[in-house]
Amino acid sequence: MALQRLSGWGRTAWTVADLFHTNDVHEMQGIIDGSGPRGVIARGLGRSYGAAAQNAGGNVIEITAEGDPNGIDAFLDSATGELDVASSVSLDSILRMSVPRGWFVPVTPGTRFITVGGAIASDVHGKNHHFDGSFGQHVSSITLMLASGEIVEMTPQSHPEWFWATVGGMGLTGIVLRAKVRMLRIESSRVRVETERLVNFDAVCEAMSSDGADNDYRYSVCWIDLLATGSSMGRGVLTRGEHASVADVKDDDVLAYDPRLKVPAPGWVPNGLLNKWSIKAFNEVWYRKAPATRHVSIESIPQFFHPLDGVHQWNRLYGKQGFIQYQFIVPLDRIDVLRAVIETFSSAGVASFLAVLKRMGAQNLAPMSFPTEGWTLTLDMAAGIKGLPELLAKVDNMVLDAGGRHYLAKDSHVSPTAVRRGYPRLDEWMHTRDSMDPRGLWRSDLARRLGLVSAQHTRENE
Amino acid sequence: MKNGVGVAQNIVLFGGTSEIGHAILRKIVKPGVARVALVSRDLDDAALFASEMEDSFPDVEIHHVRYDAADASSMAHVVTEIVSEIGDIDVAVIAQGLLNEGADYYNDPTALIPLAEVNFTSTMVLLYALAQQMKLQGYGKTVLLSSVAGERVRKGNPAYGATKAGIDGFALALDHELVGSGASILVVRPGFVTTKMTTGMKKAPFSTDAESVAKVVESGIASGKKVVWAPSLLRWMFLILKSVPLPIWRKLPL
Repeated sequence: MALQRLSGWGRTAWTVADLFHTNDVHEMQGIIDGSGPRGVIARGLGRSYGAAAQNAGGNVIEITAEGDPNGIDAFLDSATGELDVASSVSLDSILRMSVPRGWFVPVTPGTRFITVGGAIASDVHGKNHHFDGSFGQHVSSITLMLASGEIVEMTPQSHPEWFWATVGGMGLTGIVLRAKVRMLRIESSRVRVETERLVNFDAVCEAMSSDGADNDYRYSVCWIDLLATGSSMGRGVLTRGEHASVADVKDDDVLAYDPRLKVPAPGWVPNGLLNKWSIKAFNEVWYRKAPATRHVSIESIPQFFHPLDGVHQWNRLYGKQGFIQYQFIVPLDRIDVLRAVIETFSSAGVASFLAVLKRMGAQNLAPMSFPTEGWTLTLDMAAGIKGLPELLAKVDNMVLDAGGRHYLAKDSHVSPTAVRRGYPRLDEWMHTRDSMDPRGLWRSDLARRLGLVSAQHTRENE
Repeated sequence: MKNGVGVAQNIVLFGGTSEIGHAILRKIVKPGVARVALVSRDLDDAALFASEMEDSFPDVEIHHVRYDAADASSMAHVVTEIVSEIGDIDVAVIAQGLLNEGADYYNDPTALIPLAEVNFTSTMVLLYALAQQMKLQGYGKTVLLSSVAGERVRKGNPAYGATKAGIDGFALALDHELVGSGASILVVRPGFVTTKMTTGMKKAPFSTDAESVAKVVESGIASGKKVVWAPSLLRWMFLILKSVPLPIWRKLPL
């Protein structure tokens, strides 16, 4: 145990907690027993952007498998594709083991450096949400350590309320110890990708619309140039794909998988490196690089799914100020709000290095799971931009008024009211959460800010 | 804690009627702040500012806590009371202070006792009480309004200058002790600030106003500085003034 400053991937809002690192359930039980009024939260690889895996003044248990001498605690049934895996294992480790055997993770976000525990707690989604749903839908069992120290194996049949409260529950129902995940059969380790350039936002929304060809692609996502103005406003590059068949791959070893890190980000970066002008230049190149007409290519898994993982610690590119990711969703018929949000950011001069639009499919059974049927837009921006709190408050209201919501794994700033408005099943979830943890042991800075743990205030001031 | 865009959830102002304190709150209370506590001797005097805050930020809860800044022995209790009212203290602004300009300490030396109590003893107890609370929280920022008068104490109001010199040195050393705990202190050294506290006094060179002090405080909190000056030029002036030999210092028309 040691006092440690922690932040999320966005490197903002640092707080100090007692940090423990263990994969041992007895040690975890000891830490729970010894926890004071400020409670405990589990932390994986620290890829959530905001304050979900930190706990100011309390305990944090870091549960990762990196450097585990016993190797990776994951068993893949090659016949059925069922993966029985420790929560500490990263998607990176799983893919290294499973891809050569012809199995892919059912859902991956833009990084493979997340743990299985984090994937469940945030109920992560990927480019296939409209096709396959989010991570939790592919989990058949979760082994959870409760606040009492008791360990329970839950399936959607045996403990429906607890299971779905844990999926997307931001770690506030307990510590995920193990999970069973249904993997996806693949013929090759390549992806057949179709890329096309879309001249403006109307073209983007039409190409991705729910009644069009977009439903035929397993993977679909569009990069948006937020700085383009006038008739090019909202132009983008749409990439869609499917796992390539053996016939698509020229290589002899169709299941070869070699995800190497390419370049490290520099150790120190000045605050203003990513600014309106540098991003504008980048956007122009990126847009022009994409073929003007539809183009088919065969890409590797890291190239298509995890391009940013190629830059080690890319989160340092914003300098000491850090950055935030703003991800929200609005219903399918509220394209007007997407447009208004883009215009609001762009007229305030806020540049986003990566702006990504995706159409999401149906919602799952988890009350706090983020994806619902609609459009999700993700932007990143420097945390130190002047006037950002006021600007975000304005945009938050535009999103909420349209019946939208914000993604808690990325959230940096929303108010308790914003969560209440965005997640109509919040009370139901809190009720289940409280039944699993009546004393309010599990808590994080995110929970503290949003009031997600009802016993919190009284208990901390006993 | 503060959120990802630097906004603290709970903000407390000690000296709830201080003009500089109000100016600082106008700068640091933004969307994202949940609660503001105004700690003052006279709740009615703070009420006007409270209603201004309520108008500008309808979502922010405003709390009032009564205290006597001269009662050093009550400070730890005041902090406990605030915590039970609002929870964590994420940012505390200490703007309590007496100037006692023109007091005749020669005829009534005991008149400086309340000044020393408010500016020094009581503030020192308060800084410790806040430091302890913020260590437990793993996060917290205390903003202490010091003064350039403490940089090199001079004639005119030596008692005031001495209390500021004392509390300034204390706060810097306490901040050093807090390294690694998540708690920290920002020492603010304004020059002559035109407020009701200084009405009728002759303006000193490089005078400033409450709003300018507040701006410096806002950016000092954001950048994690230990000391800020208002105006910032004073920092360089005092670098020189502090090393001026005493006979010359005494002749300077300050």
